[in-house]
Amino acid sequence: MNQMAMDMTPVIETPRPARRMWNRLKRDKVSMGAMAVLGLIVLIAILAPWISSDPSTGSALARLKPIGTPGHWLGTDEIGRDMWSRLAHGGRLSLISGTLPVAIALLIGGGLGVLAGYAGGALNTAVMRTMDVFYAFPAVLLAIGVCAVIGTGIASTLIALTIVFIPSIVRVTETVTTRVRNMEFIEAARATGVSDLKIVYHQLLPNIVGPILVYAASLASLSIILAAGLSFLGLGMPPPHAEWGQMLNSLRQSIYIQPWLSALPGMMIFVTSICFNLISDGLRSAIDVKEN
Amino acid sequence: MLKRTEELRLRPAYEHQDVGGPAQPLLIVEGLTKHFNIRGGMLGRSTGKVHAVDGVSFSVAKGEVLGVVGESGCGKSTTARLLMHLIPPDSGALVFDGELVGEALSVSGMRRKMQMVFQDSHASLNPRMTVGECIGFAPRMHGTPAAKVTVKVHELLDLVGLEARQFANRYPHELSGGQRQRVNIARALALEPRLLILDESVSALDKSVEAQILNLLGSLKEQLDLTYIFISHDLNVIEYMSDRIMVMYLGQVVESGSVDAVYGAPKHPYTRALLSSKPSLDPRKRTLEAPISGDPPNPINPPSGCRFRTRCAFAEGVCASMQPPLARFNIEADHAAACLMLQPGSGHSRAMQ
Repeated sequence: MNQMAMDMTPVIETPRPARRMWNRLKRDKVSMGAMAVLGLIVLIAILAPWISSDPSTGSALARLKPIGTPGHWLGTDEIGRDMWSRLAHGGRLSLISGTLPVAIALLIGGGLGVLAGYAGGALNTAVMRTMDVFYAFPAVLLAIGVCAVIGTGIASTLIALTIVFIPSIVRVTETVTTRVRNMEFIEAARATGVSDLKIVYHQLLPNIVGPILVYAASLASLSIILAAGLSFLGLGMPPPHAEWGQMLNSLRQSIYIQPWLSALPGMMIFVTSICFNLISDGLRSAIDVKEN
Repeated sequence: MLKRTEELRLRPAYEHQDVGGPAQPLLIVEGLTKHFNIRGGMLGRSTGKVHAVDGVSFSVAKGEVLGVVGESGCGKSTTARLLMHLIPPDSGALVFDGELVGEALSVSGMRRKMQMVFQDSHASLNPRMTVGECIGFAPRMHGTPAAKVTVKVHELLDLVGLEARQFANRYPHELSGGQRQRVNIARALALEPRLLILDESVSALDKSVEAQILNLLGSLKEQLDLTYIFISHDLNVIEYMSDRIMVMYLGQVVESGSVDAVYGAPKHPYTRALLSSKPSLDPRKRTLEAPISGDPPNPINPPSGCRFRTRCAFAEGVCASMQPPLARFNIEADHAAACLMLQPGSGHSRAMQ
């Protein structure tokens, strides 16, 4: 009898949620375009040593050559270094400083935010008031303080930026978690006796990743700029290394001589952060089942 | 044909669950109490207490429908949430089929045998999950293999009158209110519970859909040997659905008994007022004056003695000083009411001396 009932019941497979999201994302031309551009930038950064020359040596005779100069197709900077090489190599550090601090802050801050929002009560108060202490300092000052304590270099820049981003991510996460947590479907899930961890993972997270993702993407471009600011202050990467933010800073003085050339690092930061924003917006609407 | 196979398949699972035997009430609730602290002031100190549910006791027999009625804010929904332990009760004991919850039966064990259907069919379904995922969530999380969950989900959808092929992969926002409430019922049935708490489950639906859902609930009860606690403010729906009813006022039970006894001969002044406010289709039964005036008093500082005395036409001095016990006066109809007028020798001028 059992077997019969099973055979009679029509069974249709439901694709996994991640699969469904990807299917929707594939149809979004803007996101796919942004992914292609970002992929190209990442690829250039990875392949930099093979497709370009040494970024830190230049000739004093070839300073500030315009775009399109033979041998230096993107021109040279204020001390005669090849711009193409510097942009390609600079992408490595800039992409890392744009994504890694945000990613780590997202893990730590997101976790704390969900914990505070889901648990509520005293734990919420403890977490949120601690975050308020970090909020009391301006972002750059906090980063400088952290760098001053743990020393300079890429690692400490990344750590400093991570610490700067955690409080705001906690706050955003806590707000959306609290809102979703009080909805009846969470109560309905709790009523089935399923553990809180499973409820958070299966029921809560899909409903909160959208806004958090969009916020995190906006932090990626901020992170590149802040990292540049730190190296400008002598706390990030020391000068011979190429990095977009630092290049933007040093080429600033040449803006009247070679405006297009000076704008190149800024363009790279701009294009990269636009890509992050477009992709995250695409992800958000791909998660949102109502938009399809 | 399909209906029959389901019936045969689901029934045995229910029979061996029975622990206490047919005479043992499925659920006994004793002195359930919840006072919410109101926090205010500078350091979030407790500045008062909302007496949401105050010493509620009742029992539900196997296969019975217990209707719970009362005005908004009388503690109906809080009682439901306390039963499910969605809100921890301050005090009170629950005995589920002879097993004390918290000792012989764990809270999570009880939750699997007791499920709840919420009022808001939209908010109680996860917007990011398909209907199939929503219904299959609890069995899947409790370790049922994926293939079995899919079969189960399809069975449940058929059971609540939704074409599985058509609905399993839809999202809640693509369904109508009535369809969503069917999904909610299917979800509540996924763990094969014995007791279903229906918290205003049909109140948000329009009348024709409400009737369909009520019929569905009626047939599910027969098919699956279910017991219902049916919470509503709609007196007609309660009368139609219930075997026994319980009237609540400001967090307390004021009257309880079989539907015929309470509707036929209400004893408590509040029940009488409530029932005379029931809309009727017969113009000769129209009510010309409001049977009860004003709003319920603030539950932060409920009136002393009888909580209804501030709105009661028969209130006397003794009502302020003495809290009337819920006294049973008709054993046959299990009819009980908490009013000093029914309490012989209470000192009220209308009471028997």
